[in-house]
This record gives sequence, structure tokens and C-alpha cells, in this order.
Amino acid sequence: MEQKSLKKDRNVSALCVPAKGEAGRTGDWRDLKPVIDHTKCIPSVKNRPACYLCWLYCPEGVVKMTIPVEIDMDYCKGCGICAEECPPNAIRMVREGESDG
Amino acid sequence: MADVRILTGNEAAAMGVKLCRPGVVAAYPITPQSQLAEILSRYVEGGEMRAEYVRVEGEHSALTVCISASTVGARTFTATSSNGLLYMHEQLHWAAGSRLPVVMCVVNRGVGAPWSIFNDQQDSLAQRDTGWIQFYCRNNQEIIDTLIQAYRIAESLYIPVMVCYDGFVLSHTMMPVDIPDGDMVRGFLPPYKAHTILSPEAPRTINSVLFPWRRPDPEGVLRDGYMEMRYKLEAAMKKALPAIQEANDDFARIFGRDHGGLIWTYRSEGAELLFSGIGSIANEATVAADLLRDEGIPAGVLGVRVYRPFPRQRVIEATQGARAVMVLQKGTSYGYEGCLTSDFKASLYESTLRVPVVDVVAGLGGRDVKAREIADAGKRAWKELEEGKLKTHSLWLNCYTGEDDAE
Repeated sequence: MEQKSLKKDRNVSALCVPAKGEAGRTGDWRDLKPVIDHTKCIPSVKNRPACYLCWLYCPEGVVKMTIPVEIDMDYCKGCGICAEECPPNAIRMVREGESDG
Repeated sequence: MADVRILTGNEAAAMGVKLCRPGVVAAYPITPQSQLAEILSRYVEGGEMRAEYVRVEGEHSALTVCISASTVGARTFTATSSNGLLYMHEQLHWAAGSRLPVVMCVVNRGVGAPWSIFNDQQDSLAQRDTGWIQFYCRNNQEIIDTLIQAYRIAESLYIPVMVCYDGFVLSHTMMPVDIPDGDMVRGFLPPYKAHTILSPEAPRTINSVLFPWRRPDPEGVLRDGYMEMRYKLEAAMKKALPAIQEANDDFARIFGRDHGGLIWTYRSEGAELLFSGIGSIANEATVAADLLRDEGIPAGVLGVRVYRPFPRQRVIEATQGARAVMVLQKGTSYGYEGCLTSDFKASLYESTLRVPVVDVVAGLGGRDVKAREIADAGKRAWKELEEGKLKTHSLWLNCYTGEDDAE
């Protein structure tokens, strides 16, 4: 029913306009979610832009270089690379649905 | 005043490419295609052809360059043979799936192992299912004329086209070739209009992963799934049958040469023993048909010019009245039969005709195929027919098969 209101794809070959979420909200692929302890996370502790290794290593580009660091959970697939790379071990991977604490 | 020159098949192909004025040429030399790549690089270097000649380290890259250049709106050309074509195989699917009208000459050569530099058609026959249109040429005139038609067909349907011709038999053999007039070619062949132009102002993601299902994109457009995109290619291939015929007929009207479109026939009126084949071996069969006619055997030839898309209906029409068909091909599908034979039989299944079809594998790795030898095979088949029933349904012509040991 919903599809009736959609415009038809007139492309001869497969192409699209690059856009966020082109492949859908990939965050729902996630089993484990990263939880940041901001009492350990370097930008929060030093209160200046620093470290950001999680941003550098994130293969999905969902980590924001902010203070405090934020992760876009709509698209984080829960791979855990940020937790692996974090020098002060500020990121823990927690099973979805379990308590963050 | 006609401009007739004595040219090899490779020289004729190079002239044809120059007349079509591609913007990008990328080719890697391989026998027997090398001369074609060399002439084109000389044209570009000498300023005779305003194209970019991209030097590459192999055939996979050669076709990749053409795919990339075609994506941004350039008319492109490449050429290869044998194992070079096999090395391109992945990119053949990529070009067809991206609907890019790359035109390529395949100078047919046997594939290794064992090594052979000599002619057969196994290389391009093995690319049957890649989504490319395939032409097979009979002579050097047909090579130059088919190239010009190929660009028009490819660019109107967004399907890549292979123009195949037999290595050495045509590529290195000199024949008189009438060179079409450049202005007339320009009138026949409109400029290439890409279906999509990539630019920094309007970025596009091309050929990203498609899902098994159709699905809306973030802009609310319902995007095709993988299967729909592939169906579009198949639908375009169906349109190619009339488009190829139309390009052929237009060409014939303007340039005065008619290569038959999808198929061609020779002495087919009243022909009861029909030879069929692709490329120069079918041309050789016309001489065999003459020899048989001289001996009172009503023989003719049905040449298949376009192998994909397969002209099923035309094949059925041209087979009416035949009591047997001998399908000649320089290649086979190991464990079954020559793929042209299979396609021929499958076409007849769609009709009421119940004609025996003989699978003739011939000329592998450059083994000579003389008209007399084709005629002799035809004579044996005719004798069996006259004695009541065709018994020999497959043979490897001129090949020592060890069968006479058993006698």
C-alpha cells in the first residue's frame, strides 16, 4: 500500500543519490552496543578535543568528534572496534537489552 | 568515388574504429589482435584520431578503463583475443550490468591449455552469457561495416557489443575493403549520450549493493532490486533483435551493403541439406554448398551473424524445407555439444519442424577447414538421409578420434 505513493526508479543502471541511511537503519543489525564511560573518555576528562581514536577507527563513521563523544546508534552496527582501540578502556560493549550499568 | 583498399581484418577494424571516433581506447596486445591495438595507438600518437589511448597492464584493466570512461560519457573501444578475453570475463558482466555501450573486437583464437595462438571461437562462445551482444563476421568488409553498426546499436540500447572475427583467417588475411565515407558515418551514427553523467555537482552512487527485493531510497524513490535491474538487461536484449535488423537495413540503404542483419542465407532456396555456422567457417560452407549443388545435392547455408541475442524466429523461418542441418562451430561445450548446435536445436523446439541437427566441431586451435572437407561431411550426411535415416549426429571434423582403431 505504502509503495503506491513512491516514485518509480527510471534508472537504466543501478544508481542512487548518496545519502545517509541509503541501505536502511543498519543499527538494528547490532547485538552489542558501545557504552561510553565519560569519566574515563579523554576528551571529556581533559575537556578539549583529543584522542578520538574511536572516531578514527570506526568503519561506519558514526562517532562524532564532540565533547562528550557521541555515537549515532541508528547506524552503529556494534562491531566493537572503538572499544578495542580506546586507550583508557572507556568503552564497554553491552548486550542489547541489558542494563548499561 | 569509392575508397577501396586492400586490408587485413585488423586493419579494416582499425579503420572502422577511427571512423566511429571513440574518445577513449584501452587495449592490451595479444596475438592475433596485436596489430589492431598497434594501429590504433599509431593513429592516436600521430594525431589521426582524437582519442585518449590508455596504456594498461592487462585486459581486465583495459575493459575497466572503458567501463569508467563510458560511465562519464566517452565512446570507448577495446579489443582482445583468447586468454585476454577470459581475463576480462568479470568485467564483461560489469559492463553489461552497468548498461555501458562499450564496443570490443574479439579476434577469435583458441584458449589454453594447451597453448595455441591459432584460430577457433571458444574464447567468445564461452562469453555467451555475459549480457553482451555478439556479432560474428564473415570477411573484412563485414568487420568495418559491423563496427559502425555496433556503436549505433550499443548506444541506442545501452548494451555492450562484441564484434568477433576469426584470428589469422580474417585478422591477417588481406581482402579488398570499401572504406565508408566519414561524413556518411557521422550521419549514420549519432553522438553517444550516456544514460547517466557523473559529475561533482550531481554525485551518484553507482552499482552499490542491491538487495534481493525492491525498496525505497531515502528520497522516497522505489528502487529496483538486483533482479529487476537484470530483467531490464534481458528486456533490452529482446529489443536488440529488431534494433540490429533496423541498423543493418539503414546501413544497407545508406552505404549499399547488406550483411543480412541477424542471419544471412546462401542458396537456401530449395536447400534440403543446410549448413549453419558463425564467422568465416560459415563463409567456407558457401563454397561447400556450391560443390554439393554441382553434384546434384540441394545444399545451402544459413549463417548466424548475431549469436546473442539469438535470432530464434529467423532461424526457424530459414530452416523450413531442410531435411537436415549441419551446425559448424569452432568450439564446444565440453560434455555436451557445440553451443550453437544446442541453441539451434532449442529454436526448432519452438516450431513444428522436426529436423535432425548434426553437431560439427571443427577447426579447433587453427585446424584447417577446407570447403571440400565440409562438403564431404555433407555428402556423408546426405547419403545417410537417402538411405532412410541420419545416423551421425555429432562429429569432430578432421580430428583423429581413434575410432578407426576399433575397425
